[in-house]
Amino acid sequence: MAKILAVDDSASMRQMVSFTLKGAGYQVDEASNGQEALGKAKAGKYDLVITDVNMPVMDGITLIRSLRAEAAYKFTPMLMLTTESAAEKKSEGKSAGATGWIVKPFNPDQLIATIKKVLG
Amino acid sequence: MSLDLSQFHAVFFEESFEAVTAIESGLLDIQIDNVDPEMINTIFRAAHSIKGGSATFGFQQVASYTHVMENLLDEVRDGKRAMSQEIVDVLLQSVDALRELLTLAQAGDQMEDGQFAEYKQALDDLMKGKAQGKPKKAAAKKTDTKKAEKASEPVKDIAAEAAVAADSGAASELPDGWRIVLNPHKEMMQRGNDPLRLIRELGTLGKTTVTCDTSLVPDWEHFEPLNSSLSWTVILEGQVAREAVDEVFSWVEDECDLAFIPLTGADLKAKAPQPDDSSEVVVKAEKPAAVEEAVAETESNSPSAASSAAARPKASPPAAAESQSIRVDLHKVDSLINMVGELVITQSMLNVLSDDEMLQGMEKLQQGLGQLQRQTRALQEGVMQIRMLPISFCFNRFPRMVRDLSRQLEKEIELILTGESTEVDKTVIEKINDPLVHLVRNSVDHGIEVMADRVKAGKPEHGSVWLRAYHQVGNIVIEVEDDGKGLDPDLLFAKAVKKGLIAENAQLNQAQIFDLIFAPGFSTKDQATDLSGRGVGMDVVKRNVQALGGGITVDSELGRGTRFTIRLPLTLAIMDGQLAKVGEEIYVVPLVSIIESLQPEASMINVMAGAQETIKLRGQYLPVLRLADAFGVPLSEDERSKPLTEGIVVIVEHEHQRFGIFLDDLLSQQQIVIKSLDENYHTVEGISAATILGDGRVALILDVASLCQLQQKTEAFADAG
Repeated sequence: MAKILAVDDSASMRQMVSFTLKGAGYQVDEASNGQEALGKAKAGKYDLVITDVNMPVMDGITLIRSLRAEAAYKFTPMLMLTTESAAEKKSEGKSAGATGWIVKPFNPDQLIATIKKVLG
Repeated sequence: MSLDLSQFHAVFFEESFEAVTAIESGLLDIQIDNVDPEMINTIFRAAHSIKGGSATFGFQQVASYTHVMENLLDEVRDGKRAMSQEIVDVLLQSVDALRELLTLAQAGDQMEDGQFAEYKQALDDLMKGKAQGKPKKAAAKKTDTKKAEKASEPVKDIAAEAAVAADSGAASELPDGWRIVLNPHKEMMQRGNDPLRLIRELGTLGKTTVTCDTSLVPDWEHFEPLNSSLSWTVILEGQVAREAVDEVFSWVEDECDLAFIPLTGADLKAKAPQPDDSSEVVVKAEKPAAVEEAVAETESNSPSAASSAAARPKASPPAAAESQSIRVDLHKVDSLINMVGELVITQSMLNVLSDDEMLQGMEKLQQGLGQLQRQTRALQEGVMQIRMLPISFCFNRFPRMVRDLSRQLEKEIELILTGESTEVDKTVIEKINDPLVHLVRNSVDHGIEVMADRVKAGKPEHGSVWLRAYHQVGNIVIEVEDDGKGLDPDLLFAKAVKKGLIAENAQLNQAQIFDLIFAPGFSTKDQATDLSGRGVGMDVVKRNVQALGGGITVDSELGRGTRFTIRLPLTLAIMDGQLAKVGEEIYVVPLVSIIESLQPEASMINVMAGAQETIKLRGQYLPVLRLADAFGVPLSEDERSKPLTEGIVVIVEHEHQRFGIFLDDLLSQQQIVIKSLDENYHTVEGISAATILGDGRVALILDVASLCQLQQKTEAFADAG
């Protein structure tokens, strides 16, 4: 079963994402900022990373850029959780290596649909 | 699968209130002339986080409110707008509004539309006011940009003319199908997007026929694994809107060449995969799989990638050394504390046993019991620690309050916090808040003089208020001090006389005079301001502090300042008690309320007209309450009427009322674990709670406040009789 790393500084969002994905049968680990996520990602191998953009310590875009520099994550799908208004964040994220984005607010069904799409 | 999102609400509200506090303290720390960008970032992030959560969990008002805050902060962050006092002020107001909105949402309610509009207006006005001429990015982008960008961006180099056709075609009616040409750039795969996935997704929109163009794949020698050399043509049959097709490619717009050509029914019949390329293969999976293989090979073939992957030790350093915490339901903690409390009781029971002569020889057992005692104590301390929070949770609101108040009063006041990390029981934090608010308000309003007076008195123009917390032998001490005008003993005395609180000729020392301000109905300011209320004040503060098992004292020097000192027990679950015997019963008298204990001599005892007994202690007549009578302890007639000289009178104080409690004997003093009586039995007058003693017996803990009332009732009864 695919392993997903869910990164968000907001505990409620993180729990929601994690709970939803676990319910859909994925294996999910959580991290509360980019730095922590980077540590976890390096220590293990994830099939997909889903991250918030605005976070303390290390933001989501830096996380994606750092992960893309890792051989193990060169082609791993990485999704950003972003808000509609942050158009420039999307392109910034894309150039950092993000696969795509999920626009907040989203509901659990939309989340699962997107993840399924990416993981096939 | 649908999911009930309400299970995340509790966490959402908790973190949102924390975020609001973070915004607030961030705003208070901002220096207008030298704005720290990281500070703005932190504030922005907090607002952003609340917005994201509230939108997700369906709290529309919170979401739309924070959305405006976020935009405002974003402009500041991006340097499009200079930070100003005005912005700080409006944002601080919005912090209050946000708290209100969150509180309502938490209660499953929402704000009345009119009021909400009013709240939001302040923010909107500020947004409009200075952002004029600037693109209103949020609104504009939301509605049009997406389409506009896509429509206007000339669709890549493959087929510019096709794009034009597509645009005009899509506008009015839907075509019968699409010919889509996809030519991925190498970035596409490097960002985790798989062309196959996109093609598969197109398949969900209608019937697809896919052809892969392999003509550009170089021979092996020139093969560059990271380059993309394949392109695809997809014929999508069915009346599909351009937007739906766009949506499939929304993530990869910039990392591939795309062309969308609308097809008519006739085109479709002709099956347009133009056979201009000899090497076209009509497959769905084979070719893309080849790409994946190539990719896989890259990974394993590239020596640098392989070695770096191998060289990396599995155990990478644990991330983020910052404080880690988990949220636990308070009930769980309390039940844990309860169980440890039981353990303490069991342990003290065993301890009693260890005095047993029969066990004297068993050294190992004695050792074990000693160890058990130490470990139980450690465990108990550890568990109690869980309930402890830094007092900053309570202190944090004061900078804001002092700032607002001093502006309102046109005073300049600096609030100095120390010992914010001092840990206190959670319940104490919740309950000490109101008294502290009152004291700080008092200092700001009554204590610190207006600037002119300060200058006249030779003091610095700006006043200072200190809020301190520290530990002192099993207590936590909180001090509120100001360098204001101090208390005037003469004024206080005169006032108390006028209010009939004391006799004109009463002999009081300075401390006793200062203590008068805690008397009910005493207010030093003739004109009550709307800041410090209408004289409902210090007596309530004192009562609240006492309810927490603590005490408050005041110290002042005229012209120099005033200091209130609150002393509280570290925890509400354990207290120091004096065990006392009445008949066969054992009661616990809270050690904090005992002034002194004595065995009265016959000469001290007075029996007033009724049955009310008093003792004369240092010139003061103190009523005495026989505990046995008050609680109806079964006693023989002799015992019941035995003179006070044959027992012990414990002098206790409640709200300046001293009285004696008569009991048979005093036993040991010990730490006791408090068990609620309300939860396990029901409220009993004169009793605050119960505890279990080492021998397993239940002992009741006296509630001095309600005993005081009980005593007054008896007195009234005696007087009437």
